[in-house]
Amino acid sequence: MRLAWWKILCIVQLLIISVAGFIGDVPAKPILNETIRNYYFHVPMWFGMMIFFIVSVIYSVKYLRSGKLEHDIVAVEYANVGLLFCILGLTTGMIWANYTWGKPWSNDPKQIGAAIAFLIYFAYLVLRNSMIDPDKRAKIGAVYNIFAFAMLFPTIWIIPRLLESLHPGGMGNPALNPGDVDSRMRYLFYFIAFPGWAILGVWVATLCIRLKKLEEKKLQHA
Amino acid sequence: MKAVIALFRKDLLLEFRQQYTFYGIILYVASTIFVLYLAMGQPEDQVWNGLFWMIQLFVCVNAVAKSFLQESRGRLLYFYSIAGARDFILSKLLFNVLLMALLSLVSWVLFGLLLGNPVQNGIRFMGVAIFGGLGLSLVFTFLSAIAARAQQNAALMAILGFPLIIPQILLMMKLANTAFSQVIQDSLGMIFLLLAGLDLLVVALAIILFPFLWKD
Repeated sequence: MRLAWWKILCIVQLLIISVAGFIGDVPAKPILNETIRNYYFHVPMWFGMMIFFIVSVIYSVKYLRSGKLEHDIVAVEYANVGLLFCILGLTTGMIWANYTWGKPWSNDPKQIGAAIAFLIYFAYLVLRNSMIDPDKRAKIGAVYNIFAFAMLFPTIWIIPRLLESLHPGGMGNPALNPGDVDSRMRYLFYFIAFPGWAILGVWVATLCIRLKKLEEKKLQHA
Repeated sequence: MKAVIALFRKDLLLEFRQQYTFYGIILYVASTIFVLYLAMGQPEDQVWNGLFWMIQLFVCVNAVAKSFLQESRGRLLYFYSIAGARDFILSKLLFNVLLMALLSLVSWVLFGLLLGNPVQNGIRFMGVAIFGGLGLSLVFTFLSAIAARAQQNAALMAILGFPLIIPQILLMMKLANTAFSQVIQDSLGMIFLLLAGLDLLVVALAIILFPFLWKD
C-alpha cells in the first residue's frame, strides 16, 4: 500500500461526507427540502473546477516562460480534471434542478456560464489535438489556455451579478446563499466535503501526469 | 508606433488594390441578409436583434479570418525581419476594427432595407453596433492568429471563438435592446464598462501573448 497521508485523508473525508451527506441532519427549507444535501456534492465540483483551471493556467504561463514540456503536461491534465469536474457539476446541478425548478435546464445565467466553460475547455482540447508537433502544440495550446481563461473568468464572476437568476443566492453572490445552510453544514462543507473532492481531483491529475510522463519516456526510448 | 502605422497602411493599400476581398465580404453580407429576408420576412424586435448579432458574428469570422490566413510563410518571415511582433498584431487589430466598423454599418443599412427598421434610437443602436463590432473583431483577430499558426482553416477559428464570444454577444444584445424603445435601463453603464474592460483585456493579452505565437 503506497498511500501518502493526503490520499488517506481524502478517502476518510469522502467516506464521512457520503455518510453525513445522506443521513446527517439538514435544516428544513421551503422548496429546497432534502435537496439541500446536494450542497456537499454539487458545490465542491465548482470550487474544484475553478481551482484546477487556475492551476492549469499557471502551468501554461510557466510553460511559456520556461519551455519545459513537463509544465505543459501538468497544464493539460489539470484542464482535463477541471473539465471532468465541470461535467459532474453540471450533471449534479441538473438532477437537482429537475426536482427544485421542475426541469433540468432553464437557461439560468449560471447554467449558461457553466456550459460556456465546458465548451471553451473542450475547444482547448480540440485545438491541441489538431497539431502533431509536440512543441508547437504545447505553445499554441498554452497561448489559447491563457487567453480563454482571461476571457472566461471575469464573465462568470461578474455577469451572474448583473442578471437575475433562479439559483440559490439569486442576484448577487454567484453560487451560494449563505442564509440557507446552518453552521454544522458549513463546517462539514469547508473542512470535509470541499477539501475531500479537491484532493480527489489532485489525485486523479497526478496519476494522469505520471502516466503521460511514462508514455513520453517510452516514446523517447523507442 | 511608426511601424504600426506603416503596416496598417500596407493592409489598407492591399485592400484598395485588390478590392475583391472587400466586395466579397459585402456580397456575403448582402446575400445572407437576403436569404434571411426570404425566410423571415419582417420579424419582431427581439428576433430582429438576435438575427442582427448572429449575422455580425458570422460576418466578423469571415472578414477577420483572412487577416492572418492570407499571409504566406515567406511574407510572415519578411515582416518578422523588419518589424516587431507587437507592431504587427497592433496593426492587424487596428485594421480589423476599422473593417468591422464599416461592415457593421453596411449590415445595418441592409437590415433596415430588407427586414424593416424597428430601431427607435438610431444613433444609440449605431453606437452599440460599432462598439460590438469592435469587441468581436478584437477577439477574432487574435483567434485567427492562433488558427493560422496551427495551420488550420477558419472552421477552427469558429470552434475556438464561439464559446468565448457568447458572454459578450449576450451583453451586446442587452445593450442593443435598449435602442428599441425609449426606456432606459439602469445597469446600462455597468454593461458598457464591462465590455470596454473586456476589449482592453483582449488588446493587452494580444500584445503579451502574440510574440509567443510568432516565433518558431
